[in-house]
Amino acid sequence: MKRIRQIACVVLLAVAVMSLAAELFAPANYATQFRDELPNAGPSKLHWLGTDDLGRDRFSRVLYGTRVSLLLAPTAALLSTLLAAFIGTLAGYRGGAWEKVAMAGADLFLSLPWLFLLLMVRAMLPLNVSAFTSVAVTFLLLGLLGWAASARVVCSGARAIRNSDFVLLARASGVSRVRLLMRHVMPNLKPVLLAQFWISIPIFILSEANLGILGLGVAEPLPSWGSLLRELESFANFSNEYWRLVPLVLLVITVTSFQLILSRDEVTA
Amino acid sequence: MIRKFGFIRWIAVLALSSSLALAQGGELHFCLKSEPKTFNPVLTSDDSEEVVRYLTGGVLVRVNRQTQQLEPELATSWKVTDAGRTITFKLREGLYFSDGTPFSADDVAFTMKQLMDPKLHSVTGDAFRSGNGDVTTKVLATDRVAITFPAPVAGIDKLFDQVAIMSAKSPKKEMAVLGPFYVADYKAGSYVYLRKNGNFWKRDEQGHKLPLLDAVKLDIQPNRDIELMRFKRGELDLINALDSDYFDKLAAASPNQVRDAGPSLDSEQMWFNQVPTAPIPDYKKAWFRSQNFRQAVSMAINRADLCRIVFAGHAQPAVGPTSPANHFWFNSKLRPYPFDPQDALNQLALAGFKMQDGVLRDSGGHAVEFSIVTNSSSKPRERMATMIQQDLREVGIKVNVVVLDFPSLIERIGEKFNYEAALLGLINTELDPNVQMNVWLSSAENHQWNPNQKSPSTEWEADVDKLMRLQASTADPKKRKAAWDRVQEIVYDQQPFIYLVNKNALSAVSPNLANAQPVVLRPQTYWNIDELYLRNAGDRAGK
Repeated sequence: MKRIRQIACVVLLAVAVMSLAAELFAPANYATQFRDELPNAGPSKLHWLGTDDLGRDRFSRVLYGTRVSLLLAPTAALLSTLLAAFIGTLAGYRGGAWEKVAMAGADLFLSLPWLFLLLMVRAMLPLNVSAFTSVAVTFLLLGLLGWAASARVVCSGARAIRNSDFVLLARASGVSRVRLLMRHVMPNLKPVLLAQFWISIPIFILSEANLGILGLGVAEPLPSWGSLLRELESFANFSNEYWRLVPLVLLVITVTSFQLILSRDEVTA
Repeated sequence: MIRKFGFIRWIAVLALSSSLALAQGGELHFCLKSEPKTFNPVLTSDDSEEVVRYLTGGVLVRVNRQTQQLEPELATSWKVTDAGRTITFKLREGLYFSDGTPFSADDVAFTMKQLMDPKLHSVTGDAFRSGNGDVTTKVLATDRVAITFPAPVAGIDKLFDQVAIMSAKSPKKEMAVLGPFYVADYKAGSYVYLRKNGNFWKRDEQGHKLPLLDAVKLDIQPNRDIELMRFKRGELDLINALDSDYFDKLAAASPNQVRDAGPSLDSEQMWFNQVPTAPIPDYKKAWFRSQNFRQAVSMAINRADLCRIVFAGHAQPAVGPTSPANHFWFNSKLRPYPFDPQDALNQLALAGFKMQDGVLRDSGGHAVEFSIVTNSSSKPRERMATMIQQDLREVGIKVNVVVLDFPSLIERIGEKFNYEAALLGLINTELDPNVQMNVWLSSAENHQWNPNQKSPSTEWEADVDKLMRLQASTADPKKRKAAWDRVQEIVYDQQPFIYLVNKNALSAVSPNLANAQPVVLRPQTYWNIDELYLRNAGDRAGK
């Protein structure tokens, strides 16, 4: 199992390096439309994965799209985990009305049809934003809306710690509430928070992919895995053209790698 | 000897004609994209309902989809009088509805009453509402009927192509029909089964009773992939409207099964928001109101590339509100705006714009940047917007492409006017420009760039208003054509809508389907449904 996790780490690292250094590896800019060449062309020396509907180099778009999804999904995961840590810890540690209100809020967020909520919030945003801003906003929204499930887990962890002997002892010794939280409760919640962070990354990658498939993810011409996966909407478009499956394969590999790495943290937690 | 050969020839002809008669018939299969909500022809409002109405409804006159000329059907002749306010039909005699009730002028009067009933909100009836007052139908004899409107109705005779006559006396109400088929079975969410109407009045040139098909099975299938797969398997006989992607895939595998009938009436266009109260900066409103700016944008768009790349060559650069496919109403003097970025820059310079370090700036120094909104459910529109983004970058304009779900888009462009430019399409089912009154009148709701104006905000819009009213108020086709030609010229010059492409009418037809001659007008593949038949009718029955 350890070996598999190591392989997963190497794979993730390779994908991250390739995408972060896309300028070095990509044969063309992700937005350049090679209109005179055939759009939807097959692999060639010039275009290793062929070209897309608009004659853009697919390999370059995969690299840049990976960068977008790989950079912003962890950022969104960090945001949602921080929110979950704040709300969950406060609710679990304080208990009583605090916990009831916070968990009712979390339940409300969990019961919301988040996809429609995202569509609604996105429709209300200003129109004249750059492609990068649009992608940042998309992931920010994902992060802001995705804290509820993690908060419930963190809350139950904090509740268990609150009732533990060492916290009782510390409280009896006259340790202040803030110090108790920062020095005794939070460090013990670290494995839970880390696990929630790793779990959230593939969830946000897939969420963005879902939005992209609906055409509502990252704005053109910036690619993301979601927009790249839209090419697979219709089976008629990729039958016998297996190179089009590369973004899907990459998504599966990355999400699986994250899950394999996560299994270690779960054990630790 | 000569007599012997003559006898053999006679036997051969007899055998051939009898084998042809045996071969005709069959059950035609194709798909409806959605569930029909009604079979009442007066209440028809969507594509699926129109398919059923076309296949089952008997009409007084029919526009021949190939020649685009009006032809007699249930009416043998008709006359428009009273400056376009009255139309008198002479009806065919001795006809019966599918349930056996006889057809007479009373049925036409009954249908008109239903059609104009304000409680029913008939979409078909809306086309006949010409002014305040009631429509009166006078039965002059069992085979003659006169219909009078409160005000002249432009192209009144062609409008009756959409009016399926209902029986006034039949206990089956709208299920009794005069068309080639009747609804024999319907399973919600699954299919509509139409059977041959034994009382259908038409015969072909050889005297065979029409329709030649025995039945039509309409499978309800919203998924285009599944429809294509079933067509490839031979379970369907036609696909009435194909996307260019599917068309090319199918063409690669079986070139004899696809048909490109040329540019259709449908258009794709973009426009700028010119609503004075729109929540966008004033300097942007000034750009959008500038004729030079709109013309420059139009010139900077490579329409040929849009056709070649987005529609795989199955589209033509658009000229204006009427497609070249509309033989009579298209103004043939007009040509698509040429792709000329340099000319576009010259045009922009005339309006005070300057190029500085690759960025276009207006006279106030503002960098020219705007967003184009389009709907998320249309991939071709998204692709077009992305291509326009690259085209306009060449003249220093930054475009942001924004894809919204349809309700949000409609709210922005139709209620809040919180957008800068939009890219959408127009599905045109009618040849007559009178149906576009709700677009071109400055007071109209669908006058998208600046709707619901109390009085025309520009001189050219006032001119268009006058011309549209003129064409609507006269029955003389020449005067109407002259007025509409002028409207097309003004629109070409002003570019309130920047017309991009006219998509081709693409369809797929099984080689087993005889007599299919796809055309650009709806319904493209089965417009001559009564003459279609399946060559291997027995095979499917056997299966």
